[in-house]
Amino acid sequence: MNECFQTLMDYGLRSQGIGEKLLPRSDFTLCQQFVLIGSGMTWNIYFGVVAVFAGFFLATALALGKGSRHLWIRKPSEWFIFVFRGSPLFVQFFFAYFLFLSLKQAHPAFSPFTSAWLGALVVLFFNTSAYSAEIFYGALQSIPKGDIEAADAYGMSGWPRFRRVIWPTMLRLAWPSYTNEAIFMFQSTTLVFFSGFPATQQRGDALYYANYFADKTFNPFIPYPILAMYFILLTLLVIWGYGAVNRYLNRHLPQERRSRLTFRPNVIR
Amino acid sequence: MKKLILSAAVLALTAGLAMAESHTTVRLATEGAYPPYNFINDKGEVDGFERELGDELCKRAELTCTWSTNEWDSIIPNLVSGNYDVIIAGMSITEERSQVISFSEPYTQPDPSAFMTKAGAGDVMSGTIAAQSGTIQAAYVTADMPGATLLEFATADESVAAVKNGEADAVLADKATLVPIVEADSELAISGDEVLIGGGVGLGMRQSDTELKAKFDAAIESMKADGSLNALITKWLPGAATF
Amino acid sequence: MCSDPSALHGFSWLACYLTTAKHMGLYWSFGTVLLLLAITAPTALLFGFGGASAARSRFAPLRWFGKAYIALVRGVPDIAFFLFFVIALDQGIEYVRHLFLCPSTDGPVRQGNDFIVCAAAKMPLGNSPQWVHETYGFSLAVITFAIVYGAFAANVLFGAMTAVPRGQLETAEAYGMSHRQTFWRVLVPQMWVYALPGLSNLWMVLIKATPLLFLLGVEDIVYWARELGGSKTPNYTDYPHGDWRMWYFFFLLVFYLSFTRLSELVLNRIMAKLTFGQATAAGEKQRRAAA
Repeated sequence: MNECFQTLMDYGLRSQGIGEKLLPRSDFTLCQQFVLIGSGMTWNIYFGVVAVFAGFFLATALALGKGSRHLWIRKPSEWFIFVFRGSPLFVQFFFAYFLFLSLKQAHPAFSPFTSAWLGALVVLFFNTSAYSAEIFYGALQSIPKGDIEAADAYGMSGWPRFRRVIWPTMLRLAWPSYTNEAIFMFQSTTLVFFSGFPATQQRGDALYYANYFADKTFNPFIPYPILAMYFILLTLLVIWGYGAVNRYLNRHLPQERRSRLTFRPNVIR
Repeated sequence: MKKLILSAAVLALTAGLAMAESHTTVRLATEGAYPPYNFINDKGEVDGFERELGDELCKRAELTCTWSTNEWDSIIPNLVSGNYDVIIAGMSITEERSQVISFSEPYTQPDPSAFMTKAGAGDVMSGTIAAQSGTIQAAYVTADMPGATLLEFATADESVAAVKNGEADAVLADKATLVPIVEADSELAISGDEVLIGGGVGLGMRQSDTELKAKFDAAIESMKADGSLNALITKWLPGAATF
Repeated sequence: MCSDPSALHGFSWLACYLTTAKHMGLYWSFGTVLLLLAITAPTALLFGFGGASAARSRFAPLRWFGKAYIALVRGVPDIAFFLFFVIALDQGIEYVRHLFLCPSTDGPVRQGNDFIVCAAAKMPLGNSPQWVHETYGFSLAVITFAIVYGAFAANVLFGAMTAVPRGQLETAEAYGMSHRQTFWRVLVPQMWVYALPGLSNLWMVLIKATPLLFLLGVEDIVYWARELGGSKTPNYTDYPHGDWRMWYFFFLLVFYLSFTRLSELVLNRIMAKLTFGQATAAGEKQRRAAA
């Protein structure tokens, strides 16, 4: 137990470059695998939280843009959504890395973009924005027309109508799918260090370390289940957080209509 | 669903019975991305020093061999779980790897590793050093170069590209692979001291395959004896030491 | 014409370059991707149907199994499954064959680091030609894909089964149908309407998951793009060039965009038929456009 505490001190923040410099090379203990893979989770959480949070705002803008009547707002939004939803994230990572490399030659301002912490984050941010925008756009389309008519009848228009009627209803309708999208986004963060982006000083995410142990111990049956456990915990946490928001969004509805909302056939990715 | 798995298993079983045989073909695995040791040529076939060497060894050991390629990352796990029988991929013999697989006699002298930088670059030993992940060079940078920052890439080619596009200050790799690159590109240069890591390159086999190891050891011995191995080394690995 | 590439320039050089045997590997791998989709989609649907039926079974252990399957696979990043499953599946099959085919072999299957089964239990057999090995690897990939995306399909189908109006099932019961009859004659035919949006999304997910084949050791388009795009020195090729990976991956990006666009057009057509007459903003728009 004491030994494991020492491991925690040495490797708990290894993925951020704090603590022991060398990774364990032999005599791998279960504790080391738990600690290091857990340490890598900080990257997954960082990528996921920042991308999803920032993506929420861009997604709302894009969804409104796609629904806009003006061609020069609608077309760019549609194209943005199409490009990021229509191609695999894995290929986007590769392409973005090579693109950033070329941009860097042209202008030094792009040099941080070839590191995972910024370059991969940008890709994830754009990606989740596009997916969420499509979900929000779908929700905007399925707002019951009665709701909008009621708002019109109250003499609302423009910003107040959006702020008080359209936006809350959109979120309420989109929320189950949006929860799925958030879960997906957290899981997609594992692709970062498996694509073009190199790992510096062996600082990687949870999958990087799980893969490290699987390669060193030649036994995939321990590190990958540990990784799975961490991700299930993370997923439960996301579901719990989004569930709380969902209850808040639906607080005015009668009891039986509330529960039905979560059982809408979820439109996953 | 259980039924499905079961019937798949039955299918797998009967398929095997239909082709019952003896184990005569030896499967060689290489990376195919480490010139001049091994690479994929324009025809899409495995080529290079180890292609010629492997074919000759199989001939001498009277074995039928087939070639396959595998990612460097998972090349040892796939050997251990039996997807092929021999690794012939420029793999240096190390203590760490010997705990898991067994190596044949080395078929090259210990090849020094070298740093390649952009021409005219100063001292880069405390800068960013690129290396292929899972190699002895990557291990060396983390363990023995306290001031340096390791940047890991999945293939050797990518770690070289990192120097060209300025991602890394230098790349550490086997000298034999770097020399042809420097010759072709005047903007690059070998710099700094050579470092000697690893104990020569050998074939990797499962520790239980003692019979196969003996056959290949004998074949390598005979190639060393009649000088044909030295001829291959001079042909493919210019500047490398011979036996 | 392509016998001396160093003498060629411009377009003819490019034409020769793009038709080397190595590039044919790249073009064939597009076929691999399409083949994977063609096999995986129905298999995953089958797994999904099994999972969804199990999850609503009245027999508790089966229900737990179904729900655990859906929850577990959906909760874990698919890439982790891909890295894990292929080795586990391979060893599992060989272990079963070992038990049946060579019971007399001495020694345990795991000896230290080695996983040893007798020669006859090898899958595929050691002396099989290379294409058998490749097909076997590809089949493992298909099964892995089917298991993972089957769980997503199960989730969609489970949702769709729940979405079938209760009244329809009650009507079936009132007609004296048994549980089994209600399931097959009412629930299953009805649920597809509700499942279609989810399933069409799943199809798009599946298309975009195909580059992960690369991680399963199949030589797919990502493998070739990386291999062909890397800079080449004149010693080992007749077509030396710099770092062209960006262009190769740009090409992949365009391929995927056109492929998903095509799928989208087809699926939109089907969706438009389903939205017709619904009291939603989309339905309203359709009505106005028609009026």
